[in-house]
Amino acid sequence: MANPVKRWFQSFFLLEMLRGMRLTGRYFFARKFTVQYPEETTPQSPRFRGLHALRRYENGEERCIACKLCEAVCPALAITIESEERSDGTRRTSRYDIDLSKCIFCGLCEESCPVDSIVESRVLSYHAETRSELLYDKIRLLGNGDRLEGELARDRQADSSYR
Amino acid sequence: MHDLVNAAWWPPVWALIKIIIVLIPLLLGVAYLTLAERKVIGYIQIRLGPNRVGFRGMLQPIADALKLLFKEVLIPSTANRFLFLAAPVLAFVPAMLVWAAVPFGPGVAISNMNAGLLYVLAIAGLGVYGIIIAGWASNSKYAFLGAMRAAAQLVAYEIAMGFALVGVLMLAQTLNLSKIVEAQAGGGFWSWYWLPLFPFFLVYFISGVAETNRAPFDVAEGESEIVAGFHVEYSGMGFALFFLAEYANMIFISILTTVLFLGGWYPPFNVAPFTWVPGLIWLLLKTAFLLYVFLWIRATFPRYRYDQIMRLGWKVFIPITIAWIVVVGIALETPLRAILR
Repeated sequence: MANPVKRWFQSFFLLEMLRGMRLTGRYFFARKFTVQYPEETTPQSPRFRGLHALRRYENGEERCIACKLCEAVCPALAITIESEERSDGTRRTSRYDIDLSKCIFCGLCEESCPVDSIVESRVLSYHAETRSELLYDKIRLLGNGDRLEGELARDRQADSSYR
Repeated sequence: MHDLVNAAWWPPVWALIKIIIVLIPLLLGVAYLTLAERKVIGYIQIRLGPNRVGFRGMLQPIADALKLLFKEVLIPSTANRFLFLAAPVLAFVPAMLVWAAVPFGPGVAISNMNAGLLYVLAIAGLGVYGIIIAGWASNSKYAFLGAMRAAAQLVAYEIAMGFALVGVLMLAQTLNLSKIVEAQAGGGFWSWYWLPLFPFFLVYFISGVAETNRAPFDVAEGESEIVAGFHVEYSGMGFALFFLAEYANMIFISILTTVLFLGGWYPPFNVAPFTWVPGLIWLLLKTAFLLYVFLWIRATFPRYRYDQIMRLGWKVFIPITIAWIVVVGIALETPLRAILR
């Protein structure tokens, strides 16, 4: 384009413009990439990090042993745990809160958990109308776990060979 | 029947009927042009565009119109109330008035006037007063800047546009839009004026894009620089009127380009399958194609810088049109005259 005559020729006869319009004209007929969300979704990995859940063993015993590794590793300080001795002598959480308004969904809690108790599910379309609804306590987290257990177990199984 | 036509009340009623027959489809066309614009630009950007309201988004313009209808009309406290409210009307009325002269078939127009081209040029030039007054009456710096830009742009491009029309006049020897189309009759698309007047055709269409303040000449709105330009302060129906005016002007520029350069209602080939299609369909097809080009241009080019718009208007278009007027003038004095006319 250094040649000024060529350059003048290109712009005066709209050649550059037509080249641009040819490009957009081709895209007019190209396959569209729109994902029509409620009906269609993008594919999800088994490692997807969405809404949190606390899992149980198959016999119904909660997995969490209150080691507080997740609380320690959480970079956003979104997890609060208090623990005490249960009547059978095991250490259990008396409080397990996750503040979803703080959580950055990094997945470190799940990675640090020695018993696969705290996990992040594939649920991404949860919502809350008040701030307090985003504060998940132990009961709600266990509820998430009970509701999603099948999917959670399948995803952990699918990913197990890489862990 | 004879008594009916001679009755004193009949001419105004007949004029009113003609106006309704033209304006109702026009406003519907405007509504669906907004949808077409969003769809075309979406497709060019590999998106789908609006497709939720009604079948494939067909009711989207209705929803948009209802939304604007129910919005509050805000008047800034420092605005000039009367002019602020008058400006949208001043933009909208000329955009409708120009349609009086547009021919839809041989001699078929609301008013088949002999000075049609002059009338169209004069009324189309009035539209900018709505914009200037809107910018001034809003008493807002962005609106004022937009109005200034619109005014300067209009002056620059109106001249090139006028010269381009002079070329058409030299060949057609008439100001009557219907007769201009008839002067292009003959073989097929090669006998239309776009071929001998190709530079005028381009200059006229590009000036038309500039006159309607469409991208890439939309500096009067210039969302990224001056918010929304002249209509920053408008909401509800005030804004809707500017919107209607802009899109009606787009359709008008397209149909006028068709009439002047693309043979109006004549088919591109004067042979059997093409001549079966009614002339009005050809006229609308050509207009629709030019409207698509409007949208295509908008989806392709970034906005001109302001001084570049002025440079293009004054230093490129006006010299080109003057030079080509001389060329056409000389050609008309040679044996080429028989072909051209």
